[in-house]
Amino acid sequence: MSSLAQSQLRETFELNIGPQHPATHGVLRIKVVMDGEYIDRAEPILGYIHRMHEKMGENRTWNQFWPNMGRLDYLSAIAYNHCYAGLMERAMGIVVPERAEYIRVITAELNRIQSHLLGFGAYIMDLGGFTPLMYAMDEREQILDLLESVTGSRLTYCYFRFGGVYNDIDDDFITGTRAFLKRFRPQIPMYHKLVTGNVILMNRLIGVGPLSAEICRKYGATGPVLRGSGVNYDIRRNEPYSVYPELDFDIPVYHECDSMARYMVRMDEMLQSCRIIEHALNKLPEGPVMAEKVPKALKPPKGDYHYAVEAARGTFSMRTVSDGTNTSYRMRLRSPTYSNVSLFEEASRGMLLSDALAFLGSLDPVIPEMDR
Amino acid sequence: MDRAKIKRELEELAAEGLPAEQPQEEAPVEVQAEGEGEDKAKAKKEEDVPRKNGLIETDYATRGAHLDVQINPDQVVRAAEILDSEGMTLELVTGVDWIKEGQFEVIYDYSYAGGQLFRVVVRARVDRNNPDIPTVCHVYGGANWHERETWELLGINFVGHPQLEHFLLPEDADFYPLRKDFKP
Repeated sequence: MSSLAQSQLRETFELNIGPQHPATHGVLRIKVVMDGEYIDRAEPILGYIHRMHEKMGENRTWNQFWPNMGRLDYLSAIAYNHCYAGLMERAMGIVVPERAEYIRVITAELNRIQSHLLGFGAYIMDLGGFTPLMYAMDEREQILDLLESVTGSRLTYCYFRFGGVYNDIDDDFITGTRAFLKRFRPQIPMYHKLVTGNVILMNRLIGVGPLSAEICRKYGATGPVLRGSGVNYDIRRNEPYSVYPELDFDIPVYHECDSMARYMVRMDEMLQSCRIIEHALNKLPEGPVMAEKVPKALKPPKGDYHYAVEAARGTFSMRTVSDGTNTSYRMRLRSPTYSNVSLFEEASRGMLLSDALAFLGSLDPVIPEMDR
Repeated sequence: MDRAKIKRELEELAAEGLPAEQPQEEAPVEVQAEGEGEDKAKAKKEEDVPRKNGLIETDYATRGAHLDVQINPDQVVRAAEILDSEGMTLELVTGVDWIKEGQFEVIYDYSYAGGQLFRVVVRARVDRNNPDIPTVCHVYGGANWHERETWELLGINFVGHPQLEHFLLPEDADFYPLRKDFKP
């Protein structure tokens, strides 16, 4: 019996989910007021791994801030590198060599694939299926090996520099990436066979967590969440940066607005990223990977600057206020899942608790990036 | 989304606020709209003089925004309504501590998700000793968390905000870490 309908008999109780709970992907706490099995109010509580990156931006020189960019979203750190590089290149007017931009795009897209792979595996694990995570981890491991060979790190990348990248890619990386793409492409249809067609998954995702395009707009939701609600918005196409305009790819958009649509957007994006990487490898020009004459101590002119990129989870943008010195006066980081999860409270009202967790997983939160 | 309409309405809004703030100076807004506001500021002895209210068309390639408008704090809700009616998204709320001028600046970044690339920056300055600015929560639900964070880290009071409680910092934090006079 749904007790929501009989409001005079209502008796609510509070339930804490997290902060240490596998379904919250880290240390996110959700304070839920339950009405039987239904959610009356679910309030996400953040800040368990708040590190005040914005203050660090004010205390460190522009170059010293680089390592922070790998520690926001530990799953798609290269996109964050890309944003910071782009921001300062915009402020300083640095022109990046074309080869460096291609390398940036290749590594960023590899990073996006591995982020979506882990997102896929972890999401299915939230819903009770363990095996797909092993498949996803297997593929992800190969990407990590490839990225390790050029960037030197496996997770917290600090690979880009103002004016380029610090290490050129070699033939081993290129052949390895091509071999990976060849192996990875047939995996996605296999995942669909293994997971997507599963009736349990379909029942748990289809129609669950409906998000209209309007609520996404009001809350500033971006990325797969917005594209699963039928809005064709991707910074790579709508606000082109780097060499994305020269590369062939489509933006997957689903109009169902439910958790399944968001899941499908991510699956399709992996294939599109493969296309981008392949095209970029084919077009990879020769030349230097660092711009000449990038000053060691940067002093961007006074004023404020804004730059946005498409990270794996949506629009990551930075706004910095420079006072003409070698540190930032104010560094503002806009993380995509912060906005995406902020709509959880409104959208989860009246939802079954088990559905709400499936819905939260489809928003794909990464906690260090929300807390900053 | 109508770029010309947004520009016109924001320009009118900024012009409305101008005499209210500085009744003795009746600088025509049109002059500043040409981007001469910066030249004027340079002409003054102090370079750090706060910018006057008005609308500037900025160069997207170097700044990352198309329109940059500064208005009075009590007009931010009206600005949000104008931009909301044109289908823009509130992407970010930023607070900046201008301690030398005794002011806080609140910056609202608006973007458009409907295809065309269009970014609008709305700024408002509040007194540092009395940092009250109306909330835009009821226009954009997403402003809730951003304003809450700005309140928590800078101490800017968003009047009418439904839940100004600690969010990222511990519940007993009695400091504002992003203020420039913050000593850890």
